[in-house]
Amino acid sequence: MEFDTSTGPNARGWFGEFGGRFAPETLMAPVEELEAAYHAARNDPSFQAELARLLKDFAGRPTPLFHARRLTARLGGAQIYLKREDLLHTGAHKINNCLGQGLLAQRMGKTRLVAETGAGQHGVATATVAALLGMECVVYMGEEDMARQAPNVFRMRMLGTKVVSVSSGTKTLKDAINEGMRDWVTNVQNTHYLMGSALGPHPYPMMVRDFQRIIGQEARQQALEKVGRLPDMLCACVGGGSNSIGLFYDFIPDATVKMVGVEAGGRGPKLGEHAARFAGGRPGVLHGSYTYVLQTEDGLIANTHSVSAGLDYAAVGPEHSELHRRGRVEYTHVSDQEALEATTLLARVEGIIPALESAHAIAEVIKRAPGMPADKFIIVNLSGRGDKDLGIFQTEGIL
Amino acid sequence: MNQSQPTTRVAARFQKLRENGAKGLVVYLTAGDPSLDATGELLLALDRAGVDVIELGVPFSDPLADGPVIQRASERALRAGTTLRKILERFPSWRRSVQAPIILFSYFNPILQLGLEKFATTAAQAGVDGALVVDLTVEEAESYVRAMRERNLDTIFLASPTSTDARLEHAAQLSTGFLYLISRTGVTGERTEISSSGRLLTERARRLTSLPLAMGFGISTAAQVREVQSHADAAVVGSAVVHAIEKRFSHEGPAAIQEFVRELKSGTEVPPA
Repeated sequence: MEFDTSTGPNARGWFGEFGGRFAPETLMAPVEELEAAYHAARNDPSFQAELARLLKDFAGRPTPLFHARRLTARLGGAQIYLKREDLLHTGAHKINNCLGQGLLAQRMGKTRLVAETGAGQHGVATATVAALLGMECVVYMGEEDMARQAPNVFRMRMLGTKVVSVSSGTKTLKDAINEGMRDWVTNVQNTHYLMGSALGPHPYPMMVRDFQRIIGQEARQQALEKVGRLPDMLCACVGGGSNSIGLFYDFIPDATVKMVGVEAGGRGPKLGEHAARFAGGRPGVLHGSYTYVLQTEDGLIANTHSVSAGLDYAAVGPEHSELHRRGRVEYTHVSDQEALEATTLLARVEGIIPALESAHAIAEVIKRAPGMPADKFIIVNLSGRGDKDLGIFQTEGIL
Repeated sequence: MNQSQPTTRVAARFQKLRENGAKGLVVYLTAGDPSLDATGELLLALDRAGVDVIELGVPFSDPLADGPVIQRASERALRAGTTLRKILERFPSWRRSVQAPIILFSYFNPILQLGLEKFATTAAQAGVDGALVVDLTVEEAESYVRAMRERNLDTIFLASPTSTDARLEHAAQLSTGFLYLISRTGVTGERTEISSSGRLLTERARRLTSLPLAMGFGISTAAQVREVQSHADAAVVGSAVVHAIEKRFSHEGPAAIQEFVRELKSGTEVPPA
């Protein structure tokens, strides 16, 4: 099967039929300025060298590709390899993007970073980069998420960041983004909005993907070194979609590599009970781009639910919508319960406690690996670690 | 660009103001706050208070350009079950009793989900005079503008102090009726002082367009209305009116809001020497 392997975006930020720029006019000039600055930085060897230095010496790249032998043996099928983004400084892949955007913001003369956070991993990574670069930082976080991801709230505060509780709407990630954008629209002169996922008006989805594609670049190289060929399957969880697009992007032209994106199936298929955009959503506009959105018939954004705060969001990055339309990536979802069970299994069998977000990808692999022969291999993006989720494990009766 | 089309109600109103050497008052309220029946009474009250253009807000679940006052109004309206569809159903009855032009003020997704063609057709049949879509940027507006033009509905775009000249010019090209100027960066909401960025923006816009210029964001008193009108053609008041509705409508009724808006309207009158 032939795929058009270039997803773009084009100059107006469209990945095929999805993306674009939908934002209040006050933000449009800053967004244009950001785009110009990003293009200049991307082509500037000194910017790239500084980013590479920090990714290596500060964040801890490259991350290992770990052959999970006991999990593989337990499941009895395809070989399972874990891309260990959970070993990065701050505990998740989010730091890749935050270092990139932080350096860019500094280069643009901005002195203040604002960000949204769901699980708190992006908030912690932003707070960390702000401290590293000597910038002021404000993170918006839904009230519900602050309660269920409390350790990350403390970490952000330790790093000198102001965490603002958002009590509007559903009190989760979507509302934190609304509030972050309201801050940005008010303080555009000195502030950079550090979007944590491959979402938002162009150039954010492209820029965040570019800063995360190192995951796939490394995984590809490591697969060739360790196994001698490309993987048969990639699997990653999809909230906004930054860890998954980061893993997938460099494999898009490789037609033999199957890709699976895993959304949050939550408690069930009813609208409001899950965050499976490709199962229950349809194209619409939220937070800057045209993409799959969970919404009512009247175009109001629906409530979502997931045990994982990082996947609990009504829209998905526009490049994923295009990959879905083309059939290049298969999107599926697993339930809260399946994710929790996967967490326990990985902890007990491999000695790794995954973040609940990443556990969704593990849960999908638990379903698929047994049906694949032992000479096939799967790379799963272990995008973050589960320390932040201990409170949830307790609430859910696992501890 | 549309010389052949009949003059819209919005254009006629600004023309009349200009002939009289007068300035205009544009008032925003959220439809369905606290109910669609109340909206009918409030539209009439605004009309009687002498409002020149009414912006009728379509409540949205994620009003990211709005401050707390309009956010709360949206939440009340959504709790009351307000949708774009229901607003358009009720519109003809409001249109029959109100003289002032009424434009819809919406986020893009509800319009997109209804369908651009269906929205424009239904709005035109219902007697809507135009629309302003706060998160629809000029570069993504082509299909929307075409659908609206075909039905002679005004399309109002926003320009901000951060807009470059190129963006300002583009917004003016796609606008009919008037151009909405944002007085300062930030979300909607009342302010005690008007930023000097507003006057500067008006001056830049004058050089690029002959459209009437209405300025909003942060204008909440008759004195501020007067100040804005030293350079713009009309002042837009939103949050202050919505706030008055929130505080006073339930026990004082539409008359109190009419009185409040009449006071704002006095800001458009030439002060005694």
